[in-house]
Amino acid sequence: MVNFHKFANPARFMRLSGLLLPWFSIATIVTLAVGLYLSFFVAPADYQQGETVRIMFVHVPSSWMAMACYTFMAVASAVGFIWKHPLADMAAKAAAPVGACFTFAALATGSLWGKPMWGTWWVWDARLTSVLVLFFLYLGYMALWEAIDDKTKAAKAAAILVLVGSVNVPIIKFSVDWWNTLHQPASVVRMDGPSIHPDMLWALLTMIIAFTLFFGTILLIRIRREVNMRKIDALRRQIAWGG
Amino acid sequence: MMSWLNTFIAIIARDLRLAIRQGGSTLLVIAFFVITVTLFPFGVGPETGVLERISAGVVWVAALLAALLSLDRMYQADYEDGSLEQLALSGAGLGTITMAKITAHWLTTGLPLLITAPILAVLMQMQADGFPALLLSMALGTPILSLIGSIGAALTVGVRRGGVLLSLLVLPLYIPVLIFAVGAVDAAAQGLPVESHLMLLGAILLVALPLCPWASAAALRLFLD
Repeated sequence: MVNFHKFANPARFMRLSGLLLPWFSIATIVTLAVGLYLSFFVAPADYQQGETVRIMFVHVPSSWMAMACYTFMAVASAVGFIWKHPLADMAAKAAAPVGACFTFAALATGSLWGKPMWGTWWVWDARLTSVLVLFFLYLGYMALWEAIDDKTKAAKAAAILVLVGSVNVPIIKFSVDWWNTLHQPASVVRMDGPSIHPDMLWALLTMIIAFTLFFGTILLIRIRREVNMRKIDALRRQIAWGG
Repeated sequence: MMSWLNTFIAIIARDLRLAIRQGGSTLLVIAFFVITVTLFPFGVGPETGVLERISAGVVWVAALLAALLSLDRMYQADYEDGSLEQLALSGAGLGTITMAKITAHWLTTGLPLLITAPILAVLMQMQADGFPALLLSMALGTPILSLIGSIGAALTVGVRRGGVLLSLLVLPLYIPVLIFAVGAVDAAAQGLPVESHLMLLGAILLVALPLCPWASAAALRLFLD
Protein backbone atom coordinates (compact mmCIF):
# COMPACT_ATOMS: atom_id res chain seq x y z
CA MET A 1 0.00 0.00 0.00
CA VAL A 2 1.60 3.24 -1.13
CA ASN A 3 2.04 5.69 1.68
CA PHE A 4 0.16 8.66 0.27
CA HIS A 5 1.19 10.80 3.17
CA LYS A 6 4.59 10.91 1.52
CA PHE A 7 3.00 13.06 -1.18
CA ALA A 8 1.40 15.47 1.24
CA ASN A 9 4.39 17.75 1.01
CA PRO A 10 3.62 20.35 -1.65
CA ALA A 11 7.28 20.92 -2.41
CA ARG A 12 7.76 17.24 -3.12
CA PHE A 13 4.67 17.32 -5.32
CA MET A 14 6.06 20.26 -7.27
CA ARG A 15 9.32 18.41 -7.88
CA LEU A 16 7.58 15.20 -8.90
CA SER A 17 5.02 16.87 -11.13
CA GLY A 18 7.76 18.97 -12.74
CA LEU A 19 9.52 15.74 -13.69
CA LEU A 20 6.38 13.96 -14.85
CA LEU A 21 4.80 16.77 -16.82
CA PRO A 22 6.89 16.53 -20.03
CA TRP A 23 6.25 12.78 -20.21
CA PHE A 24 2.52 13.22 -19.68
CA SER A 25 2.40 15.87 -22.39
CA ILE A 26 4.28 13.74 -24.90
CA ALA A 27 2.17 10.68 -24.09
CA THR A 28 -1.00 12.74 -24.54
CA ILE A 29 0.03 14.09 -27.92
CA VAL A 30 1.18 10.70 -29.21
CA THR A 31 -1.92 8.83 -28.03
CA LEU A 32 -4.17 11.56 -29.38
CA ALA A 33 -2.46 11.43 -32.78
CA VAL A 34 -2.75 7.63 -32.93
CA GLY A 35 -6.35 7.78 -31.74
CA LEU A 36 -7.35 10.38 -34.32
CA TYR A 37 -5.68 8.36 -37.06
CA LEU A 38 -7.54 5.23 -35.97
CA SER A 39 -10.80 7.14 -35.71
CA PHE A 40 -10.65 8.66 -39.15
CA PHE A 41 -8.83 6.10 -41.27
CA VAL A 42 -9.04 2.67 -39.66
CA ALA A 43 -12.45 2.49 -38.00
CA PRO A 44 -15.15 1.59 -40.51
CA ALA A 45 -18.11 3.81 -41.31
CA ASP A 46 -21.30 2.68 -39.63
CA TYR A 47 -23.69 0.71 -41.85
CA GLN A 48 -26.58 2.93 -40.76
CA GLN A 49 -25.02 6.29 -39.94
CA GLY A 50 -22.18 6.48 -42.43
CA GLU A 51 -19.33 8.80 -41.63
CA THR A 52 -21.23 10.78 -38.95
CA VAL A 53 -20.55 7.94 -36.54
CA ARG A 54 -16.98 9.23 -36.19
CA ILE A 55 -18.19 11.96 -33.85
CA MET A 56 -18.58 9.09 -31.38
CA PHE A 57 -14.78 9.06 -30.98
CA VAL A 58 -14.94 12.51 -29.40
CA HIS A 59 -18.37 12.30 -27.78
CA VAL A 60 -17.89 9.05 -25.85
CA PRO A 61 -14.45 9.90 -24.40
CA SER A 62 -15.76 13.34 -23.36
CA SER A 63 -18.71 11.76 -21.55
CA TRP A 64 -16.49 9.16 -19.90
CA MET A 65 -14.14 11.87 -18.69
CA ALA A 66 -17.02 14.02 -17.48
CA MET A 67 -18.15 11.23 -15.17
CA ALA A 68 -14.64 10.06 -14.30
CA CYS A 69 -13.62 13.60 -13.39
CA TYR A 70 -16.57 13.99 -11.04
CA THR A 71 -15.74 10.66 -9.44
CA PHE A 72 -12.14 11.82 -9.08
CA MET A 73 -13.34 15.01 -7.40
CA ALA A 74 -15.57 13.03 -5.04
CA VAL A 75 -12.73 10.68 -4.04
CA ALA A 76 -10.24 13.54 -3.68
CA SER A 77 -12.71 15.50 -1.56
CA ALA A 78 -13.35 12.47 0.65
CA VAL A 79 -9.60 11.97 1.08
CA GLY A 80 -9.21 15.63 1.97
CA PHE A 81 -12.11 15.45 4.40
CA ILE A 82 -11.00 12.29 6.18
CA TRP A 83 -7.20 12.48 6.14
CA LYS A 84 -6.83 16.27 5.84
CA HIS A 85 -4.44 15.70 2.92
CA PRO A 86 -3.70 19.27 1.78
CA LEU A 87 -3.18 18.46 -1.88
CA ALA A 88 -6.39 16.44 -2.13
CA ASP A 89 -8.59 19.52 -1.79
CA MET A 90 -6.47 21.39 -4.32
CA ALA A 91 -6.71 18.46 -6.70
CA ALA A 92 -10.50 18.46 -6.49
CA LYS A 93 -10.67 22.22 -7.03
CA ALA A 94 -8.26 21.99 -9.97
CA ALA A 95 -10.20 19.18 -11.62
CA ALA A 96 -13.59 20.93 -11.57
CA PRO A 97 -13.28 23.28 -14.57
CA VAL A 98 -11.75 20.49 -16.64
CA GLY A 99 -14.67 18.22 -15.84
CA ALA A 100 -17.13 21.00 -16.61
CA CYS A 101 -15.51 21.49 -20.03
CA PHE A 102 -15.66 17.76 -20.71
CA THR A 103 -19.34 17.74 -19.77
CA PHE A 104 -20.03 20.69 -22.04
CA ALA A 105 -18.10 19.00 -24.85
CA ALA A 106 -20.12 15.83 -24.34
CA LEU A 107 -23.39 17.77 -24.51
CA ALA A 108 -22.28 19.81 -27.53
CA THR A 109 -20.88 16.91 -29.57
CA GLY A 110 -23.89 14.83 -28.60
CA SER A 111 -26.16 17.58 -29.84
CA LEU A 112 -24.22 17.83 -33.12
CA TRP A 113 -24.51 14.05 -33.50
CA GLY A 114 -28.18 14.05 -32.57
CA LYS A 115 -29.24 16.34 -35.38
CA PRO A 116 -28.28 14.01 -38.23
CA MET A 117 -28.96 10.83 -36.22
CA TRP A 118 -32.21 11.53 -34.39
CA GLY A 119 -33.37 14.63 -36.25
CA THR A 120 -33.23 16.83 -33.16
CA TRP A 121 -30.60 18.95 -31.38
CA TRP A 122 -31.93 18.01 -27.97
CA VAL A 123 -34.34 15.63 -26.29
CA TRP A 124 -35.28 15.49 -22.63
CA ASP A 125 -34.50 11.84 -22.03
CA ALA A 126 -32.88 10.42 -18.91
CA ARG A 127 -29.27 10.36 -20.14
CA LEU A 128 -29.19 13.92 -21.52
CA THR A 129 -31.09 15.33 -18.55
CA SER A 130 -28.82 13.71 -15.98
CA VAL A 131 -25.68 14.90 -17.83
CA LEU A 132 -27.11 18.42 -17.87
CA VAL A 133 -27.65 18.09 -14.11
CA LEU A 134 -24.00 17.00 -13.85
CA PHE A 135 -22.98 20.18 -15.67
CA PHE A 136 -24.93 22.31 -13.19
CA LEU A 137 -23.36 20.41 -10.30
CA TYR A 138 -19.91 21.29 -11.65
CA LEU A 139 -20.86 24.96 -11.96
CA GLY A 140 -22.28 25.02 -8.43
CA TYR A 141 -19.13 23.41 -7.07
CA MET A 142 -16.88 26.00 -8.73
CA ALA A 143 -19.16 28.82 -7.54
CA LEU A 144 -19.04 27.58 -3.96
CA TRP A 145 -15.23 27.56 -3.94
CA GLU A 146 -15.19 31.17 -5.12
CA ALA A 147 -17.88 32.30 -2.69
CA ILE A 148 -16.17 31.38 0.57
CA ASP A 149 -13.10 33.40 1.48
CA ASP A 150 -11.46 31.02 3.94
CA LYS A 151 -10.01 28.36 1.64
CA THR A 152 -9.98 25.65 4.31
CA LYS A 153 -13.70 26.15 4.95
CA ALA A 154 -14.37 26.40 1.23
CA ALA A 155 -12.62 23.07 0.73
CA LYS A 156 -14.82 21.32 3.29
CA ALA A 157 -18.03 22.94 2.05
CA ALA A 158 -17.19 22.00 -1.53
CA ALA A 159 -16.40 18.46 -0.36
CA ILE A 160 -19.87 18.12 1.17
CA LEU A 161 -21.45 19.44 -2.03
CA VAL A 162 -19.58 17.10 -4.36
CA LEU A 163 -20.31 14.09 -2.16
CA VAL A 164 -24.04 14.92 -2.04
CA GLY A 165 -24.09 15.33 -5.82
CA SER A 166 -22.18 12.10 -6.46
CA VAL A 167 -25.49 10.24 -6.37
CA ASN A 168 -25.97 11.57 -9.90
CA VAL A 169 -23.08 9.58 -11.41
CA PRO A 170 -24.62 6.09 -11.14
CA ILE A 171 -27.89 7.62 -12.33
CA ILE A 172 -26.14 8.82 -15.49
CA LYS A 173 -24.45 5.47 -16.04
CA PHE A 174 -27.60 3.38 -15.61
CA SER A 175 -30.08 5.92 -17.04
CA VAL A 176 -30.13 4.16 -20.41
CA ASP A 177 -31.00 0.87 -18.67
CA TRP A 178 -33.55 2.17 -16.18
CA TRP A 179 -35.57 4.37 -18.55
CA ASN A 180 -36.81 4.23 -22.12
CA THR A 181 -34.34 6.62 -23.67
CA LEU A 182 -33.55 7.80 -27.15
CA HIS A 183 -29.87 7.60 -26.23
CA GLN A 184 -28.10 4.39 -27.21
CA PRO A 185 -27.82 1.79 -24.44
CA ALA A 186 -24.44 0.65 -23.15
CA SER A 187 -22.33 -1.10 -25.77
CA VAL A 188 -18.88 -1.20 -24.14
CA VAL A 189 -19.13 -1.63 -20.36
CA ARG A 190 -21.79 -4.33 -20.20
CA MET A 191 -22.21 -7.66 -18.48
CA ASP A 192 -21.89 -9.51 -21.82
CA GLY A 193 -18.81 -7.64 -22.94
CA PRO A 194 -18.53 -5.06 -25.70
CA SER A 195 -20.95 -5.29 -28.61
CA ILE A 196 -19.01 -2.95 -30.86
CA HIS A 197 -16.82 -3.67 -33.93
CA PRO A 198 -13.18 -4.33 -32.86
CA ASP A 199 -11.71 -1.61 -35.10
CA MET A 200 -14.14 0.89 -33.66
CA LEU A 201 -13.41 -0.40 -30.17
CA TRP A 202 -9.67 0.11 -30.55
CA ALA A 203 -10.09 3.64 -31.87
CA LEU A 204 -12.50 4.38 -29.03
CA LEU A 205 -10.21 2.98 -26.33
CA THR A 206 -7.22 4.86 -27.71
CA MET A 207 -9.17 8.10 -27.67
CA ILE A 208 -10.34 7.42 -24.11
CA ILE A 209 -6.74 6.84 -23.01
CA ALA A 210 -5.70 10.01 -24.84
CA PHE A 211 -8.41 12.02 -23.07
CA THR A 212 -7.39 10.52 -19.72
CA LEU A 213 -3.75 11.44 -20.29
CA PHE A 214 -4.88 14.90 -21.32
CA PHE A 215 -6.86 15.16 -18.07
CA GLY A 216 -3.79 14.04 -16.11
CA THR A 217 -1.55 16.60 -17.84
CA ILE A 218 -3.95 19.47 -17.35
CA LEU A 219 -4.58 18.39 -13.77
CA LEU A 220 -0.87 18.42 -12.93
CA ILE A 221 -0.53 21.87 -14.48
CA ARG A 222 -3.55 23.17 -12.58
CA ILE A 223 -2.51 21.71 -9.21
CA ARG A 224 0.92 23.27 -9.66
CA ARG A 225 -0.84 26.55 -10.41
CA GLU A 226 -2.99 26.13 -7.30
CA VAL A 227 0.08 25.54 -5.10
CA ASN A 228 1.74 28.62 -6.57
CA MET A 229 -1.39 30.73 -6.08
CA ARG A 230 -1.48 29.73 -2.40
CA LYS A 231 2.15 30.79 -2.05
CA ILE A 232 1.42 34.14 -3.70
CA ASP A 233 -1.60 34.59 -1.43
CA ALA A 234 0.48 33.86 1.66
CA LEU A 235 3.18 36.29 0.53
CA ARG A 236 0.59 39.00 -0.14
CA ARG A 237 -0.84 38.47 3.32
CA GLN A 238 2.65 38.77 4.80
CA ILE A 239 3.20 42.05 3.02
CA ALA A 240 -0.22 43.38 4.03
CA TRP A 241 0.48 42.58 7.67
CA GLY A 242 3.85 44.25 7.37
CA GLY A 243 5.65 41.01 8.13
CA MET B 1 -34.45 9.87 24.62
CA MET B 2 -37.13 12.13 26.10
CA SER B 3 -34.74 15.07 26.36
CA TRP B 4 -33.88 14.69 22.69
CA LEU B 5 -37.54 14.85 21.81
CA ASN B 6 -38.06 17.82 24.13
CA THR B 7 -35.18 19.69 22.51
CA PHE B 8 -36.46 18.82 19.06
CA ILE B 9 -39.96 20.09 19.81
CA ALA B 10 -38.62 23.15 21.62
CA ILE B 11 -36.61 24.24 18.59
CA ILE B 12 -39.57 23.70 16.26
CA ALA B 13 -41.82 25.67 18.63
CA ARG B 14 -39.27 28.50 18.74
CA ASP B 15 -39.03 28.68 14.97
CA LEU B 16 -42.80 28.61 14.59
CA ARG B 17 -43.22 31.35 17.16
CA LEU B 18 -40.62 33.47 15.34
CA ALA B 19 -42.34 32.86 12.03
CA ILE B 20 -45.71 33.89 13.44
CA ARG B 21 -44.34 36.98 15.17
CA GLN B 22 -42.25 38.18 12.28
CA GLY B 23 -45.27 37.37 10.22
CA GLY B 24 -45.41 37.38 6.50
CA SER B 25 -42.96 34.69 5.54
CA THR B 26 -45.62 32.04 5.09
CA LEU B 27 -47.97 34.52 3.47
CA LEU B 28 -45.22 35.73 1.16
CA VAL B 29 -44.50 32.17 0.07
CA ILE B 30 -48.17 31.55 -0.68
CA ALA B 31 -48.50 34.90 -2.43
CA PHE B 32 -45.49 34.16 -4.63
CA PHE B 33 -46.93 30.73 -5.42
CA VAL B 34 -50.31 32.16 -6.40
CA ILE B 35 -48.90 35.03 -8.44
CA THR B 36 -46.46 32.82 -10.35
CA VAL B 37 -49.10 30.29 -11.30
CA THR B 38 -51.51 33.07 -12.25
CA LEU B 39 -48.97 34.50 -14.69
CA PHE B 40 -49.09 31.44 -16.88
CA PRO B 41 -52.62 31.81 -18.27
CA PHE B 42 -51.62 35.36 -19.22
CA GLY B 43 -48.45 34.08 -20.80
CA VAL B 44 -49.67 31.07 -22.76
CA GLY B 45 -53.29 32.09 -23.32
CA PRO B 46 -56.47 30.91 -21.59
CA GLU B 47 -57.11 27.91 -23.83
CA THR B 48 -58.22 25.05 -21.56
CA GLY B 49 -56.39 22.29 -23.42
CA VAL B 50 -53.04 24.07 -23.26
CA LEU B 51 -53.36 25.02 -19.59
CA GLU B 52 -54.48 21.56 -18.60
CA ARG B 53 -51.50 19.98 -20.35
CA ILE B 54 -49.00 22.13 -18.46
CA SER B 55 -50.91 22.39 -15.16
CA ALA B 56 -48.91 19.78 -13.24
CA GLY B 57 -45.57 21.21 -14.30
CA VAL B 58 -46.52 24.81 -13.67
CA VAL B 59 -47.93 24.15 -10.20
CA TRP B 60 -44.90 22.09 -9.23
CA VAL B 61 -42.29 24.49 -10.63
CA ALA B 62 -43.97 27.41 -8.90
CA ALA B 63 -44.05 25.46 -5.62
CA LEU B 64 -40.41 24.60 -6.05
CA LEU B 65 -39.41 28.23 -6.64
CA ALA B 66 -41.52 29.39 -3.71
CA ALA B 67 -39.79 26.85 -1.45
CA LEU B 68 -36.42 28.00 -2.83
CA LEU B 69 -37.17 31.62 -1.93
CA SER B 70 -37.70 30.86 1.72
CA LEU B 71 -34.61 28.69 2.09
CA ASP B 72 -31.96 31.28 2.81
CA ARG B 73 -33.81 32.32 5.93
CA MET B 74 -33.52 28.82 7.38
CA TYR B 75 -30.17 29.35 9.07
CA GLN B 76 -29.12 32.83 8.04
CA ALA B 77 -31.09 34.86 10.58
CA ASP B 78 -29.99 32.71 13.51
CA TYR B 79 -26.40 32.62 12.27
CA GLU B 80 -26.20 36.38 11.96
CA ASP B 81 -27.37 37.21 15.46
CA GLY B 82 -25.39 34.41 17.06
CA SER B 83 -28.27 32.28 18.28
CA LEU B 84 -27.27 29.40 16.03
CA GLU B 85 -23.96 29.24 17.81
CA GLN B 86 -25.75 29.32 21.16
CA LEU B 87 -28.01 26.49 20.07
CA ALA B 88 -25.02 24.48 18.95
CA LEU B 89 -23.19 25.10 22.23
CA SER B 90 -26.26 24.27 24.29
CA GLY B 91 -25.66 20.55 23.99
CA ALA B 92 -28.39 19.77 21.51
CA GLY B 93 -26.66 17.95 18.67
CA LEU B 94 -26.36 19.88 15.41
CA GLY B 95 -28.21 17.01 13.75
CA THR B 96 -31.18 17.59 16.05
CA ILE B 97 -31.07 21.30 15.37
CA THR B 98 -31.03 20.88 11.61
CA MET B 99 -33.79 18.28 11.71
CA ALA B 100 -35.93 20.59 13.85
CA LYS B 101 -35.32 23.57 11.57
CA ILE B 102 -36.13 21.49 8.51
CA THR B 103 -39.40 20.41 10.11
CA ALA B 104 -40.24 24.00 11.02
CA HIS B 105 -39.40 25.09 7.48
CA TRP B 106 -41.72 22.48 6.06
CA LEU B 107 -44.50 23.49 8.44
CA THR B 108 -44.20 27.14 7.43
CA THR B 109 -43.51 26.62 3.71
CA GLY B 110 -44.18 23.11 2.41
CA LEU B 111 -47.45 22.56 4.21
CA PRO B 112 -49.00 25.88 3.08
CA LEU B 113 -47.90 25.09 -0.48
CA LEU B 114 -49.52 21.68 -0.21
CA ILE B 115 -52.79 23.26 0.97
CA THR B 116 -52.80 25.97 -1.70
CA ALA B 117 -51.86 23.70 -4.59
CA PRO B 118 -55.33 22.22 -5.33
CA ILE B 119 -56.83 25.70 -5.66
CA LEU B 120 -54.17 26.69 -8.14
CA ALA B 121 -54.60 23.40 -9.98
CA VAL B 122 -58.23 24.38 -10.50
CA LEU B 123 -57.05 27.70 -11.94
CA MET B 124 -54.82 25.77 -14.32
CA GLN B 125 -57.76 23.62 -15.43
CA MET B 126 -56.23 20.38 -14.11
CA GLN B 127 -58.33 17.28 -14.68
CA ALA B 128 -60.10 15.78 -11.66
CA ASP B 129 -58.02 12.59 -11.89
CA GLY B 130 -54.87 14.57 -11.26
CA PHE B 131 -55.82 16.01 -7.88
CA PRO B 132 -55.18 13.02 -5.59
CA ALA B 133 -51.84 12.46 -7.30
CA LEU B 134 -51.01 16.15 -6.94
CA LEU B 135 -51.71 16.07 -3.21
CA LEU B 136 -49.76 12.85 -2.71
CA SER B 137 -46.80 14.06 -4.77
CA MET B 138 -46.72 17.32 -2.82
CA ALA B 139 -47.06 15.50 0.50
CA LEU B 140 -44.03 13.39 -0.39
CA GLY B 141 -42.18 16.03 -2.37
CA THR B 142 -42.32 19.19 -0.24
CA PRO B 143 -40.50 17.55 2.70
CA ILE B 144 -37.79 16.50 0.23
CA LEU B 145 -37.55 20.11 -0.93
CA SER B 146 -37.02 21.27 2.65
CA LEU B 147 -34.49 18.49 3.30
CA ILE B 148 -32.35 19.01 0.21
CA GLY B 149 -32.75 22.76 0.48
CA SER B 150 -31.37 22.72 4.00
CA ILE B 151 -28.03 21.37 2.68
CA GLY B 152 -27.79 24.30 0.30
CA ALA B 153 -28.84 26.74 3.01
CA ALA B 154 -26.22 25.35 5.40
CA LEU B 155 -23.47 25.51 2.78
CA THR B 156 -24.17 29.16 1.99
CA VAL B 157 -24.95 30.43 5.48
CA GLY B 158 -21.63 32.24 5.82
CA VAL B 159 -21.60 33.58 2.29
CA ARG B 160 -22.48 37.18 1.44
CA ARG B 161 -25.55 37.36 -0.79
CA GLY B 162 -25.65 33.59 -0.87
CA GLY B 163 -29.21 33.50 -2.20
CA VAL B 164 -28.33 33.07 -5.86
CA LEU B 165 -25.56 30.61 -5.09
CA LEU B 166 -28.08 28.69 -2.99
CA SER B 167 -30.36 28.35 -6.01
CA LEU B 168 -27.50 27.16 -8.20
CA LEU B 169 -26.51 24.52 -5.66
CA VAL B 170 -29.97 23.26 -4.87
CA LEU B 171 -31.79 23.28 -8.23
CA PRO B 172 -29.81 20.41 -9.83
CA LEU B 173 -30.64 18.28 -6.81
CA TYR B 174 -34.33 19.30 -7.01
CA ILE B 175 -34.69 18.14 -10.61
CA PRO B 176 -35.31 14.41 -9.87
CA VAL B 177 -38.03 15.36 -7.37
CA LEU B 178 -39.67 17.55 -9.98
CA ILE B 179 -39.47 14.83 -12.63
CA PHE B 180 -41.10 12.13 -10.51
CA ALA B 181 -43.71 14.42 -8.95
CA VAL B 182 -44.90 15.83 -12.27
CA GLY B 183 -44.64 12.35 -13.77
CA ALA B 184 -47.06 11.06 -11.14
CA VAL B 185 -49.62 13.81 -11.73
CA ASP B 186 -49.42 13.56 -15.51
CA ALA B 187 -49.77 9.77 -15.34
CA ALA B 188 -52.84 10.10 -13.14
CA ALA B 189 -54.40 12.66 -15.47
CA GLN B 190 -53.94 10.24 -18.36
CA GLY B 191 -55.31 7.28 -16.42
CA LEU B 192 -51.94 5.51 -16.20
CA PRO B 193 -50.65 3.93 -12.97
CA VAL B 194 -48.96 6.37 -10.57
CA GLU B 195 -47.47 3.94 -8.06
CA SER B 196 -43.99 3.81 -9.57
CA HIS B 197 -43.54 7.58 -9.57
CA LEU B 198 -44.83 7.96 -6.02
CA MET B 199 -42.75 5.06 -4.77
CA LEU B 200 -39.62 6.61 -6.24
CA LEU B 201 -40.55 9.89 -4.56
CA GLY B 202 -41.03 8.00 -1.31
CA ALA B 203 -37.64 6.35 -1.78
CA ILE B 204 -35.96 9.72 -2.26
CA LEU B 205 -37.72 10.97 0.89
CA LEU B 206 -36.57 7.97 2.92
CA VAL B 207 -32.97 8.43 1.78
CA ALA B 208 -33.07 12.17 2.36
CA LEU B 209 -34.55 11.93 5.86
CA PRO B 210 -31.41 10.64 7.61
CA LEU B 211 -28.78 11.99 5.22
CA CYS B 212 -29.80 15.61 4.69
CA PRO B 213 -29.84 16.71 8.35
CA TRP B 214 -26.49 15.00 8.77
CA ALA B 215 -24.95 16.72 5.75
CA SER B 216 -26.48 20.07 6.81
CA ALA B 217 -25.00 19.67 10.29
CA ALA B 218 -21.57 18.95 8.79
CA ALA B 219 -21.87 22.09 6.66
CA LEU B 220 -23.02 24.24 9.60
CA ARG B 221 -20.14 22.98 11.72
CA LEU B 222 -17.76 24.55 9.19
CA PHE B 223 -19.15 28.01 9.72
CA LEU B 224 -19.68 27.77 13.45
CA ASP B 225 -16.11 26.89 14.34
